[in-house]
Amino acid sequence: MNAIPSPASTTPPWRPRIVAFFCNWCTYTAADLAGVSRLKYASNVRVIRLMCSGRVDPQFIVEALVKGADGVLIGGCHPGDCHYVEGNYKMLRRFRMLQRLLQSMGIEPERVRLEWISAAEGEKVKRVVNDLTEAVRKLGPLDLPQKAADWDKELAELEEKIQAGEAAPAAA
Amino acid sequence: MIKLAINGKAITTEPGRTVLEVAREAGIDIPTLCSHESLPPYGSCRFCIVEVAQRGRTRMQTSCTLPVGEGMEVQTHSARVLKIRTILVELMLARCPESEVLREMAREVGVPHCRFERVRGEKSPCHHCKACALVAEMPLQTPDGLPSTFVSRSGCILCGMCVRLCDDVMKIGALGFEGRGMRRRVTTPFREPSEFCITCGACSSVCPTGAIELLRVRPQAPRPIPAEFELGLANRKPIYIPFPQAVPRVPVIDKEVCVNFMTGGCKICEDNCQAKAIDHGQQDRIQEVEVGTVIVATGFKTVDPRRMAYYGYGVYPGVYSALEVERLVNASGPTGGEVRLRDGRTPKSVGIIHCVGSRDKKTNRWCSRVCCMYSLKLAHLLLEHTGAEIYNFYIDMRTPGKGYEEFYDKLLEEGVQFIRGRVGEVTDWAMTPDEEGKLVIRVEDTLAGFVRRIPVDMVVLSTGLEPQADAQEVRRLLNMSCGSEGFFLERHPKLAPVNTFTDGVFLAGACQGPRDIPDTVAQAGAAAAEAMVLIDKGFTEQEPNTAYVLENECSGCKSCVPLCPYSAITFDEAKQKAAINEALCKGCGTCAASCPSGSIGQRLFEDQEVFSEIDGVLAD
Repeated sequence: MNAIPSPASTTPPWRPRIVAFFCNWCTYTAADLAGVSRLKYASNVRVIRLMCSGRVDPQFIVEALVKGADGVLIGGCHPGDCHYVEGNYKMLRRFRMLQRLLQSMGIEPERVRLEWISAAEGEKVKRVVNDLTEAVRKLGPLDLPQKAADWDKELAELEEKIQAGEAAPAAA
Repeated sequence: MIKLAINGKAITTEPGRTVLEVAREAGIDIPTLCSHESLPPYGSCRFCIVEVAQRGRTRMQTSCTLPVGEGMEVQTHSARVLKIRTILVELMLARCPESEVLREMAREVGVPHCRFERVRGEKSPCHHCKACALVAEMPLQTPDGLPSTFVSRSGCILCGMCVRLCDDVMKIGALGFEGRGMRRRVTTPFREPSEFCITCGACSSVCPTGAIELLRVRPQAPRPIPAEFELGLANRKPIYIPFPQAVPRVPVIDKEVCVNFMTGGCKICEDNCQAKAIDHGQQDRIQEVEVGTVIVATGFKTVDPRRMAYYGYGVYPGVYSALEVERLVNASGPTGGEVRLRDGRTPKSVGIIHCVGSRDKKTNRWCSRVCCMYSLKLAHLLLEHTGAEIYNFYIDMRTPGKGYEEFYDKLLEEGVQFIRGRVGEVTDWAMTPDEEGKLVIRVEDTLAGFVRRIPVDMVVLSTGLEPQADAQEVRRLLNMSCGSEGFFLERHPKLAPVNTFTDGVFLAGACQGPRDIPDTVAQAGAAAAEAMVLIDKGFTEQEPNTAYVLENECSGCKSCVPLCPYSAITFDEAKQKAAINEALCKGCGTCAASCPSGSIGQRLFEDQEVFSEIDGVLAD
C-alpha cells in the first residue's frame, strides 16, 4: 500500500491483505469516526462499503479469499440496531453456515470475522482491525490463488493419467 | 321568578335556592359554621338563623335550609337574631372553651359574659369551662383525664361536617357519632384507629373549629405529596398546575393520590369549579399522529448527586443540587425567592462545587458545558439575596459565549471567591470551634498549593448533564444512533449537525449533547428549517439503490419474500415470479445477497460491481 518503490528491496516482506465489508450506517461511519479521531490502525484492511451487512453475499467472501485476501472482516450494526431492521441477523445466519464451508476447504475460521460495531465505536474499529491483522499475520499467508492453481494442476495431472490409462488399453 | 327582600333589599331570584345562597350573592354576610359547597344544607350549627316575615307571620329559621319564598322579608341582623346568635356562641363556647374560632366569634357578637359556667354531671363534656374568662383572652388549663377519643372534645361543636364529608362525599365512612345528649361525640368505630381511613385529611380541613386530630383517626402520618417541579422542596395537592409556566396552564389530577380514583367519592374540586371544567371520567389516551418528519428534542437529565457520596447529598440537609437552589432563588419558588435552608436559617456562607458528575472518570468524562455559567448565575443571585460569602470551587472556568467572560469578571469584582481545585469531600466533622455546626468543604487549592478546609452553611452541587434514562428506547424507536456517552448521534458533526442517519428525523437541544439555551434555540431553528425543506418539497426522494428482479432468471422459489423487512417483495402467482415494489424498498440488499439463482440485483451495489471492487482492493 504505502509503497514507495525502492529498487534495493527485491521481495518486499509479506503483509496480510484483509478485505472488509462494512455496513454504511454503523461500521463504515465508525471507521470514518476513527479517521476523524485520528486513530491509527493497521493499514492492511481494504474497506468495501455496502448498505447493510445483510448485502454481504457469501460469494463475496469466498471471492475475496480466492482473489488473494488473507482474511475477511464483516462489520455490521449491533443486534437490534440495524438500520434495515434485521439485515445483521441475516448476515449472522449466513456467516455461521459459511464458516463450516470454509473449514471444510481448509481455511482457518479465525481468518473470517463478523463484528458488530456501532457508529460511535471508532475505537472498536481500531481494535478489531489490529486484532484481526495480528491473528492473520500469525496464521501466515492463505494464498488461495496458489492453492487453487496447485489443485488445478493436480486435477489436470489426474485427468492426464486417466486419459493416458484410457488410451493405453485402446492402444494395446 | 321569586321576589323577596333581605334586610330591606329587594332581590329577584329563581325558585329552589336557599336564603343563605341568595343573601351571599347579594353581598349580605350571614355567619355560619357548617355550610360547605359539597355538602347539602344541614342546619346543625344554627348560626345562620334569620328572622323571616311572610304572610303576616314572623318566624326564626336557619337560612341554609330555608328555600326562598314569594314575598319573604328576611332580617339577618335584627335584635332577635343577634340575641339568639349570642346565646348560641355562649353555648358553644361553654362546650368548646379552647376554640379560637368560637372565641373570635364571641368577640365579634360581643358576648359580655358567658352564663353557662359549669355543666352538671360527672361525665360532662366540660369540666373547666370558664368561658367568660376566655373571652377576656385569659389562658385556660387543659382539662385532664379525657377518655381516648379521636376528636378533640374541647373543640368539637358536633356540627357533623366531618362525618358527613367522610361518609357521603369521600365515600369512606371512617368517622361517626357516638353516644347521646351530653355524651355525644365524633369518633371512629369502637374508638380504634380506623383501618378504612385513607388519611385524605378532608375531615380536618372541613372542621370549622380545627378540632380533628388526624393522627388519632389513623395512626399513620399523612403522606405529603412532594411537588415534582419544586424538587420536593414543597408539597402539592392531588390536583395541581404542574408549574407556573405550564402550557397549557391547566390543572392536572394525580390519579395515584386523588381520592376519587380510590373511592369514587370526593369530587370537591368539581363542585368548586365555576367553569365546570373538571372531568374525573377522563382516561389516558394514546394518540397516533401521522407525520412526515420528526424533531427529537427529548433533552437531558441531571446527574444524580447521590452517586458522589463524598459530597454528602441526601446525607446533610445543607447540601443542595443546583436545580434545588434554582427553585429557592426563584420568586415563584417554594420560598418566594427567599433563600432559606431546610432548617429555616439564612445561609451566611455558601460553597458552590463545580463539575459534579462532569469531567470525572468516575462518573462522566465529558464537560457538561452549562454548569460554569449557571454556577456563576447562582453565585450572583445568592449573593444578591443573602449577602453571604460565596465560594466557587472549580477545575477550570469555562465561559465561552457572548458576554459570558464579562459576567465572570463582574462576579470577581462583586467579591465572589473562586478557589481552583476539585473538592475532595463535604463533611460535618468539625476540627475547630469555627467549624461547629457547619459543613466543611475539603479542597486542594491548586493555585495556593495546599489543602484547605472551608466551613459553610450551604453547599450547592453544580450537577452535570446526562442523556435521558430512556434515551436508548427512543433511539431504537426512531432508528437513530447514540454516541458512546449515550447522547444521540448527528449524521455528521460539521456537515449535517441536526440530521440523523434516518431521513426525516432531526435533532435539537441537549439530547444530542450538553448545550445551553442559546445554542439549543439556534439548533432547534436549524432542525425546524431542515424539516420544513422536506415538508415544503411535498415529495421524498427515493433511495437510488433499490433492488430489482431479473424476471427471466427468477425461478420462483419465494426464498426472498420472507427476508424483506419492509414487505416490498411480493410473489406474482400468475407469472410465478417475485416482484419488488420499489416505493417500499429501502435498498438494504439482503434479498440480492440471498437469491439462490442470482436473479435479484441491487442498483449501485451489483454483484459485478462488488466483485470488481474486490479485485481492485486486492490488486497491488
